[in-house]
Amino acid sequence: MELSYLIYKAILVASVLGVSLLVAMYSTYAERKVAAFLQDRIGPNRAGIFGILQPLADGIKMFMKEEIIPDVSNKVLFILGPSLAMITACMTSAVIPWATDIAVNGKNYALQVTDVNIGILYVFGVVSIGVYGVMIGGWASNNKYSLLGAIRASSQMISYEIAMGLAVISVVMMTGTLSLREIVTQQHGFHWNVFYQPLAFVVFIVCAFAECNRTPFDLPECETELVGGYHTEYSSMKLGFYLFAEYVNMFISSAIISSVFFGGYNFPYMHELNLSQNMLAAVGCLVFFAKISFFIFFFMWIRWTLPRFRYDQLMNLGWKILLPLALINIFITGIIMAINNNFAF
Amino acid sequence: MQSLTGRSRIVVNKKMNFMEKLYLPAVMGGLMITIRHLFRRKVTVSYPEQTRPFSPVYRGMHVLKRDENGAERCTACGLCAVACPAEAITMEAAERKKGEERLYREEKYAKVYEINMLRCIFCGLCEEACPKESIFLTNRITPADYKRENFVYGKDRLVEPFDPSKRVDVSERQTTQVKEFKKHKEYTHNRLF
Ligand code: SF4
Ligand code: SF4
Repeated sequence: MELSYLIYKAILVASVLGVSLLVAMYSTYAERKVAAFLQDRIGPNRAGIFGILQPLADGIKMFMKEEIIPDVSNKVLFILGPSLAMITACMTSAVIPWATDIAVNGKNYALQVTDVNIGILYVFGVVSIGVYGVMIGGWASNNKYSLLGAIRASSQMISYEIAMGLAVISVVMMTGTLSLREIVTQQHGFHWNVFYQPLAFVVFIVCAFAECNRTPFDLPECETELVGGYHTEYSSMKLGFYLFAEYVNMFISSAIISSVFFGGYNFPYMHELNLSQNMLAAVGCLVFFAKISFFIFFFMWIRWTLPRFRYDQLMNLGWKILLPLALINIFITGIIMAINNNFAF
Repeated sequence: MQSLTGRSRIVVNKKMNFMEKLYLPAVMGGLMITIRHLFRRKVTVSYPEQTRPFSPVYRGMHVLKRDENGAERCTACGLCAVACPAEAITMEAAERKKGEERLYREEKYAKVYEINMLRCIFCGLCEEACPKESIFLTNRITPADYKRENFVYGKDRLVEPFDPSKRVDVSERQTTQVKEFKKHKEYTHNRLF
């Protein structure tokens, strides 16, 4: 392994991490702005022009708060919880292809931290570790509200992961690969998967909401019933980590949705424009981020539109609606693929 | 029963059909409603840059008036303190010395005059009780503070500035009806003793 390769990877890892943290930071700001605008208010506008320093102020506030670890809690687990939530949130971004290759000094560099050939499985694996952060935190707090929140979180995530996985299977059947890079490349131009798999997309995005604990599936925190849910006992930056992990998750799931269903960095007529390789990568990256921003906005838009589901409704939706829909979708995809393969029209 | 507003709905607990159970059409409808609000005119008033217009009888922070020559009008009669339902006012009286006529209008004046703004309920009874047209409630808002002690306003913050151009205008509160009302000494609160 040569030095230049190491440097290239290190830069890539650092910038992906930096970008996801930055985006998450400004998502908190965007969330407040979107919330305000949807409710006919102005939102934060005091820290810096238009309040753009608000995330910074929030961060400083979080650090300044008193650090409280309850006496009856399990200290190791109590600290492990938010760390785990944060680490898993940041880890998922490793397999996302950000743009087409760029050429530096005649060498091709892929803008993807690592191209695992089971990229999607990796994402699912890491996301399901994420639930441990919530579960451990809720358990370690030794508080009934936290525990209830943690139990809800785990059952919700496990239920929705199934439908989510099944939704992706139909995409995998079509593309014949599990590597995210391959999936994105196959959607070049305007051949986005969402046009071939609309049902899978709907199921996937609903499950993504549930996985991120976002409204209307925010039962784990559920302020009106459980005080603060699994992070009731948390304060200071540990609470900050939990909240921040939620925003990182939102960013990552927007990125996954855009790359699996909306062509990632692909945009219509990308090859007809005759851009140089690096230009193409830059434009592709911008397009990708535009798609991600839209989905982040969509997450917030939904949050300020829908009320929270009741717990039985949540389970009904997951097991009785989304799961059968995903299965039917696989079935239909299979039939169409069989027809296409055997009778080439 | 007939609905008066015409906005009441009859709740039916019927079973949802498959489309309704999917929630998608309803969700779409909701999204359309909220997105329209994104472009609505915002109702926020950016206080302190913008302020709402106050009603002319708004009762805010008190002022102790000076007369046309700049002498303090208050004679430390204590009627405001007696009238105050919240026991917010205290004062210490002193006798005017020779040569202080330009400072105090009456022979007796308030050496110390304090209003505890945390106790005050801004009812305006002190203003109504004052026989010397000295204390008025104005349309200024009592600012917030970090310390309780700072809410006890002394003469430094209550008496209006000496400079005639910086006087606090209370003409909206001192209408002819008010002046007429104050003349009637048969009302207990207009009597000195
Ligand atoms: S406004 Fe009312 S409560 Fe306040 S000082 Fe005057 S009399 Fe007392
Ligand atoms: S009632 Fe008027 S004159 Fe009497 S003490 Fe109060 S403010 Fe002064």
